[in-house]
Amino acid sequence: MENRILLVTELGPDGHLKSSIRSLLAAAKALKGDTDVLIWGGDTTSALVEAQHLPGIHRVLNGSGATLAEGLAEMLCALVRPLARQYTHILTAATAIGKNWMPRLAALEDVAMISDVVGVESSDTFIRPIYAGSIWATVCCPESLKLMTVRTTAFPGVEGERTEPVPVENLPCPAAMPLSTRISVHTHAQEGRPSLENARVVVSGGRGLGSAEHYEALLGPLAEELNAALGASRAAVDLGYAPNDVQVGQTGKVVAPDLYIAIGISGAIQHLAGMQTSRVIVAINKDPDAPIFAVADYGLVGDLNLLVPELTAALQK
Amino acid sequence: MKILVPVKRVLDYNIKARAKADGSGVALAGLKMSLNPFDEIALEAAIRLKEAGLATEVVALSCGDAMVQEGLRTALALGADRALWVSSTTELQPLAVAKLLQAVVLREMPTLVICGKQAIDDDANQTGQMLAALLNWGQATNAAEIQMGEGRVDVVRETDGGTETLRLLLPAVITTDLRLNEPRYATLPNIMKARKKPIETLTPEELGVTVEPRLKTLRVQEPPQRPAGIKVDSVATLLARLKNEAKVI
Repeated sequence: MENRILLVTELGPDGHLKSSIRSLLAAAKALKGDTDVLIWGGDTTSALVEAQHLPGIHRVLNGSGATLAEGLAEMLCALVRPLARQYTHILTAATAIGKNWMPRLAALEDVAMISDVVGVESSDTFIRPIYAGSIWATVCCPESLKLMTVRTTAFPGVEGERTEPVPVENLPCPAAMPLSTRISVHTHAQEGRPSLENARVVVSGGRGLGSAEHYEALLGPLAEELNAALGASRAAVDLGYAPNDVQVGQTGKVVAPDLYIAIGISGAIQHLAGMQTSRVIVAINKDPDAPIFAVADYGLVGDLNLLVPELTAALQK
Repeated sequence: MKILVPVKRVLDYNIKARAKADGSGVALAGLKMSLNPFDEIALEAAIRLKEAGLATEVVALSCGDAMVQEGLRTALALGADRALWVSSTTELQPLAVAKLLQAVVLREMPTLVICGKQAIDDDANQTGQMLAALLNWGQATNAAEIQMGEGRVDVVRETDGGTETLRLLLPAVITTDLRLNEPRYATLPNIMKARKKPIETLTPEELGVTVEPRLKTLRVQEPPQRPAGIKVDSVATLLARLKNEAKVI
């Protein structure tokens, strides 16, 4: 049977398509089959045209309306569920939103779900990390409908645009449900920095920074110089040096930038799981035996309080 | 108000998991097992609601073989009022656990289920959401703050760009993130007392749930390792390497 694949993608805060859709396209390509893209949001106008020009797809399904603006799991399930059985595979990125609604849909459809897919072996066999990424499991899913969240960093994005737009099918916007409502949103100020998921360079700090003041004072200028996003280890988040949404690791965000600079991070397995597919890794740490050096392309042993300002100053030249 | 807290016994988070040599599974024999850290946070949240007079009973539940009773003893020592053990030697996957929980919820009728957002062994992050779906309850995953109200609960949850506050109608399912609280330690007298408390036993058959695994793990292995890099002796050398060799700046 021919695979029929649905890629469900959320929009960025600017209303445009997120680049992660191109990684979902890569995963779909590995699965082989007819591929549709579903976009959803309060207003999908900008993203719709972008989606219509994605390579290798058949059509775009458009879910646009007030009840979808908040990305609530209950609403996304109401949107996707009526279509679900038209497909053999439904994929979404393993983001906070994707991890929230996909398992709900799986239970509604009475199918097992595969989380955090990092590899596609065949149309029913997938690789996913377990135990904080220290082990990879190869899992066979015999369900007729295969639902999965995809770790997009594991799939290099498909490039290209089509010249002729694909057709659009507008989906009915689900009616409001009383189960849950969003009453407020607090977005952490990024101060003009790129977001962790999209940044070409990530500067991350750990316990070695010593305080929230040091975290910002030492890493902020370096990040600015490199146009980098700021990240943190779980230890730094636990100690209150950095907000939780910049935590890099198995239970936080998984990133794979061109350059990842780990500062004062020892390299616990759960942190490594979140960054070890970065193209180039630099580690600065005072402990020459820190596990982070085992994955770093370039290691610098010494006092970060001296080395980081020195690095920032050298870049400014 | 009754709160149900499902807990799972997992390989202690300080121990690095290794694949068995033949790739058939994860080597667990003889290694220290503990309560899943996110479940400890869930239990702590429930106990604090009870201490604040907002809940009347905290019921801990665990599914699996006889060893999971150890986890329930810990939950009792930490402050759970009662413990339920769903006895099964089958490999329990998230959907099966969600169905067992659904059946228990229909018996116990809790107002709130608080679970860890994921177990640190299979890292699935599915069970809470699946349970909410089966019960047609609202869900708030990755909770950083819980505020009880009249017939509702407000939950501050961690998102990719910050936080958001959801207002859920009760009953509801909440899954916990790291910052919700710092769990207490069990005191020795409480550990001793917990040993004598009864644990109620149930079976999937009694609950009318089929728990056969759906997904089949074909093999487990260590992930590909990055080749070891080099140590450089100065900031100048580092920058030169990043420019000329790695070409990233």
